[in-house]
Amino acid sequence: MTTKSFTKDALIKAADGLRKSYRVFVPVKVGKFHEFKLFEDGDKPDFEYRKTRKSPKGLIFPQSERMLEYSIDEHKPDHHIMKESPKDYSPQVVFGIRPYDAMSFKVMDVNFDTEDYKDPWWIKRYAATTLVGICRNDLDSKMFATENFSGPYDIRGLDVALYDLGDKYIAKSLTEKGEKALAAMGGNDVSAAELAAIEKLTPDTNAPQAAPTDKIKEKVVNDLFDSTMWEDIANGCINCGACTFLCPTCWCFDIQDEIHKREGDRLRIWDSCMFPLYTLHASGHNPRGKKVQRVRNRFMHKIKYYLDKYEKGIMCVGCGRCVEACPVNIDIRRVCELMNNFTK
Amino acid sequence: MTGYTEKIREAAKRLLTEKKVDCFIGFRKGSVPMVNYPVIVSDPAKADELIWDANCAMNLANYVIGRKDKVGILATGCVARNLVTLVQENQIKREQLYIIGLPCSGMIDKSQVIDKYGDVEIVSVIDKGDTFAVEAGDKTDVLKKADFLSRNCKICAHHNPIEYDEIIGDKVADPETYIKPEDVKKSESMSDAERWEFFEKTFSPCIRCYACRNACPMCYCPTCFVDESRPQWVGKSSDETDTLTFHFLRALHLAGRCTDCGACERACPIDIPVRYLTSRLNADAKEIYGFESGLDPKMRPLLDHYKLDDLNDFFK
Repeated sequence: MTTKSFTKDALIKAADGLRKSYRVFVPVKVGKFHEFKLFEDGDKPDFEYRKTRKSPKGLIFPQSERMLEYSIDEHKPDHHIMKESPKDYSPQVVFGIRPYDAMSFKVMDVNFDTEDYKDPWWIKRYAATTLVGICRNDLDSKMFATENFSGPYDIRGLDVALYDLGDKYIAKSLTEKGEKALAAMGGNDVSAAELAAIEKLTPDTNAPQAAPTDKIKEKVVNDLFDSTMWEDIANGCINCGACTFLCPTCWCFDIQDEIHKREGDRLRIWDSCMFPLYTLHASGHNPRGKKVQRVRNRFMHKIKYYLDKYEKGIMCVGCGRCVEACPVNIDIRRVCELMNNFTK
Repeated sequence: MTGYTEKIREAAKRLLTEKKVDCFIGFRKGSVPMVNYPVIVSDPAKADELIWDANCAMNLANYVIGRKDKVGILATGCVARNLVTLVQENQIKREQLYIIGLPCSGMIDKSQVIDKYGDVEIVSVIDKGDTFAVEAGDKTDVLKKADFLSRNCKICAHHNPIEYDEIIGDKVADPETYIKPEDVKKSESMSDAERWEFFEKTFSPCIRCYACRNACPMCYCPTCFVDESRPQWVGKSSDETDTLTFHFLRALHLAGRCTDCGACERACPIDIPVRYLTSRLNADAKEIYGFESGLDPKMRPLLDHYKLDDLNDFFK
């Protein structure tokens, strides 16, 4: 574990310096919202940002990605053979990620990297990614704590933690990848006083409160599934995909073939359990044809099935993006409470 | 509009108790500032959950589609026009609706208020009639509603519902002349290339969540063209051509049907001014045909309307 000190200006230079050996993604204000973008000449990274509107999950799991390509031109010797499309697995740094977003990759990893199935693209890209994250007491009231994110100083998902001390950042490497990135960042030696200062950092009164989920584990799946509460939760839902597409832990995808003339691409595209097409069978039958079934599945997956299957808490880092962006105020914290208090 | 809540609760309770309606569609106070929760109440005891303020901007007409029962519903000028259009288009029968009309002086534009405060978190927003109080950080400001009205409300020509069974509150004055939306005016002076660039720039941030489509009471196709898979009409990736195709087709499907309620723009999680395209078509309907949707239950929609004196020669 190495520690280094950076003034706020020096941190931007350090991120810039990393571009020599990594593709570096930084928070930049584009239009109204912050988003992570590839650090290019002229970009102004803003490390004082609170939250990006879209989560950075697309940096490892892109919204649309060309997986395979093929030709249906029978004059070509390799027609109808699927070939892997070129992909970029060169080392990348997400510089300035917030700790909850960093944890979201750990939450999703249990789906993409299992004993039975290994998603090659996810695994390679996650392995090539170094997460340099900012720890600061500026979380908002739409956020909440879960087993997978306890507060502003929860560094479990990070490779390097950057502690904001007001006029400077103290960087601490946490993993081998982090050690390597920090070595390339430079920085000044850390004084004993600075070390003591970061030890003293504690979540302030704005730190997210836990949503009640402690009793969900003991509920019987089918009882929760059959509850009448879902009608009330789903009534207002318009079944758009704003929640799932902004969510840092929603991992569902669709596979689509797109053919132009005789050349085709097999694409992987984010899908949303809110969409009727999501579960539509080739027969025409849709097991989740009704809105209430789709809403129930979204919350049961996040708050019950994931919890039961992996025993790693709920599938949520409490970032509050869905709470902020839902046009009809479907609040996952309220759903947690209803599920937690549910009695048959 | 601030005194509506008590009257709405009284009306809902009465209609549900007297069994004049099976359910009542309104809003419950939301858990975050400036967003309320649309609810369908069927128990008269729960009528006290209903509220009304200048943050009730999602369109309640969205929730009547496909209902078989008798529905009580709150309707501002635009919502009432949507209900009329849904009746014209046979999506619900007029007899199934008990409309509580609400003259409306406009909704607060959530996104403008958030912009004003930047990174300072807004804790609460309370409607006070012509003003509203915003508690943000450690201070409270009182802002003029007129300065923060939703863009569609600023140019609204029909603040009062034209179709209702009973009405709550006093009528609000409508503007005397037609107000053309600023962005529509601006786009008229653009060259084709400039306009295309404007389209690309406006819609490229779209994440294809379809919140705009789903917030719209006029988007009720059993299978939307973007969800059609056999054959597939539109690609589902974030490819710019597909994204623009979605927005253009969605807007064209709303020609002569949109009431400019603004729900699409309000619902967009990344603040794309999606209303521009429908505003453009509304301006055409108004300027070329003198048509505004949903003003008369007996009238047919603009695009299934035939007149011998049509402007276009090929119709004659």
